[in-house]
Amino acid sequence: MFVRFEAHRYSDRCCPTTQTPARGTRTLMTTTHADYRLSQLDQLEAESIHIFREVAAEFEKPVLMFSGGKDSIVMLRLAEKAFFPAKIPFPVLQIDTGLDFPEVLTTRDNWVNRLGVRLVVASIDDAIANGVVVDDGKTSRNRMQTATLLNAIEENGFTAAFGGGRRDEEKARAKERVYSHRDEFGQWDPKMQRPELWSLYNGRIHAGEHMRIFPISNWTELDVWDYLGREGIEIPDIYFSHQRRVFVRDGMLMSETPLNPLREGEVVEERTVRFRTCGDITLTGCVESTASTIPEIIDEVAIATLTERGATRGDDRFSEAAMEDRKKEGYF
Amino acid sequence: MNAETTTDGRSTNMDLLRFATAGSVDDGKSTLIGRLLLDSKSIFADQLEAVEATSVSKGYDYTDLALLTDGLRSEREQGITIDVAYRYFATPNRKFIIADTPGHVQYTRNMVTGASTADLGLVLVDARQGLTEQSRRHAVILSLLRVPHLVLAVNKMDLVDYSQEVYDKIHQEFTQFATKLNIPDLEVIPISALAGDNVVNRSDNMSWYLGPTLMHHLEHVHVASDRDLVDVRFPVQYVVRPKSDEHHDYRGYGGMVAGGVLKPGDEVVVLPSGMTSKIAGIDLFDQEISEAFPPMSVTVRLEDDVDVSRGDMIARVKNAPVPSQDIDAMVCWMTTTPLKPRQKLAIKHTTRTARALVKDIQYRLDVNTLHRDQETKELGVNEIGRVQLRTTVPLLCDPYSQNRTTGSFILIDEATGITVGAGMINSGS
Repeated sequence: MFVRFEAHRYSDRCCPTTQTPARGTRTLMTTTHADYRLSQLDQLEAESIHIFREVAAEFEKPVLMFSGGKDSIVMLRLAEKAFFPAKIPFPVLQIDTGLDFPEVLTTRDNWVNRLGVRLVVASIDDAIANGVVVDDGKTSRNRMQTATLLNAIEENGFTAAFGGGRRDEEKARAKERVYSHRDEFGQWDPKMQRPELWSLYNGRIHAGEHMRIFPISNWTELDVWDYLGREGIEIPDIYFSHQRRVFVRDGMLMSETPLNPLREGEVVEERTVRFRTCGDITLTGCVESTASTIPEIIDEVAIATLTERGATRGDDRFSEAAMEDRKKEGYF
Repeated sequence: MNAETTTDGRSTNMDLLRFATAGSVDDGKSTLIGRLLLDSKSIFADQLEAVEATSVSKGYDYTDLALLTDGLRSEREQGITIDVAYRYFATPNRKFIIADTPGHVQYTRNMVTGASTADLGLVLVDARQGLTEQSRRHAVILSLLRVPHLVLAVNKMDLVDYSQEVYDKIHQEFTQFATKLNIPDLEVIPISALAGDNVVNRSDNMSWYLGPTLMHHLEHVHVASDRDLVDVRFPVQYVVRPKSDEHHDYRGYGGMVAGGVLKPGDEVVVLPSGMTSKIAGIDLFDQEISEAFPPMSVTVRLEDDVDVSRGDMIARVKNAPVPSQDIDAMVCWMTTTPLKPRQKLAIKHTTRTARALVKDIQYRLDVNTLHRDQETKELGVNEIGRVQLRTTVPLLCDPYSQNRTTGSFILIDEATGITVGAGMINSGS
């Protein structure tokens, strides 16, 4: 069954063995790599760090899009590691929808202060006030978020914007490149994507265009939780089980908040819940859960039967191609 | 985490296998991927329901699992896969990344893309039809891209009465064909993706087959030793200089190890300058580590204050690539305007970008027959050929057969900025 056409190139040479640690080192990794194997989480981390460094080296003005959610926290952690002991050499951009969870904003501020990175906040309300975005009463905040983001990128002259998108999230994302080109209108053209081979990324853009960069493309939801657990880093409290006043809308459990007035027939009750994603408070649902630690969340994710977006994101439910359509316009 | 396994039974020391699949719906590729995802519980209920609903609305009398992977609107409308799709699943000991590529000849570039990062290639054949031009082409591309492990899955065995004779014939024919290729490890597995024979569970219908099931093979194929652990290659990607009071004199070179094992104290040479120094330390975030090997991303510090910048390469004094401006390579052309001699392009090799002039196109390789066409003096889209390039600065390269990182490059059209070619170096001189 097993046909070997060519002897392995190094099979006749001596195999590397575990080395004694060099003297004078500060700390040494606790794991030994007797067989020179990297765990899959270490491989994902190495790939992502490579992407961060590549962008920092080749782009004039990168920025990291930071929502305060778990995926953007993983990104910030990877960026911290990529440039340590130097500071992260680019700012962090947050789109203030006015509908963010307060717990998420607290976590954002803690991270930004600890790392000493510059925070750029682009607010939808400011964009409306300045006439950049028109609030016609019909367009959702979610769509206005895209216009606000594109305006912030243009105004600041950002040439590359890191996003926390993962390919396992949604099937349009499954086909998106790590370096995803955006034209001068911020649009994504799925049919004109550049081939992406090996670890050779092509960052060429023309004036006015920019590149979206997805350094955690190959991570799954479970990888993100494994990594957060391993790193022991701060994430917003709303990911953990808590008591919350909620009501049911479109089959999802939504938070009671003055920002999201109740419709006829909707009844508020207190339940034990947690959030699987952090988005717009009026569109992001929670799930009933008693998971109050990361290992408990991992257990829950491992047996979950619904995708995190399908389960709790109103913004992806509008049509089968909801994500693709929004991405074409310039969404995250 | 100190525990060997997490609470849900997965190993914390899980490793990773990247594999590329090629083929069309006719070969049962989507059914196979769907089955791997289903049986490893990697499809969520809402994804399956969406696919079932779409299948019903299209009037199919079966659930079309291809709809799971055809993610773009135009693909669903046309009922074809256009692009490389990445899929993920995991078993307790291994995570898998599937690069799922369309199999038709006009999508060769997508298959090349998917194969470029793959540890293993999965080629499907229909047992009723045996080897086709398409399956041969897939094997040729996987071999050109030096994907070290190949699985030939002989599918639809249920439709040939699980006949050993049919399997043996295909196995023999393929083995003979493969002698012309570079395939270090081949496994030929008889399966039925639809019925589930030998995919995850061993088939009762083919007791004559003594080899592994597909899933067992994917889980156990040894990939760690495919990496070059002998020839040290460290392309410098980014110079880390904190310029802070705390780390005033820190100067480190960030990069991903492309080959060999680096250790503090090693004598190294920096190319292309040729300056030598010793490794003072290797940092992984806030830890200092005793060795670095592929594909780790680390920061290397040197003992001497030598001039090192992005695009340079750190290697061992007696084992370093030869800087070269004349490159002989196999190039896969990826854009509709053909590649012609005298053309000038941008070239990106490891962390070094330069310009390249096409000096000659020696031949076009027919990926179906391996015939070398020396008459054509250009390469069209999805064609592969042997090309001579002259670069503006020396590249620090190895043959692709020795190192897939230092032996590969991409070509970029300087006007449009688009990636137009992918190259695998035969040699530099």
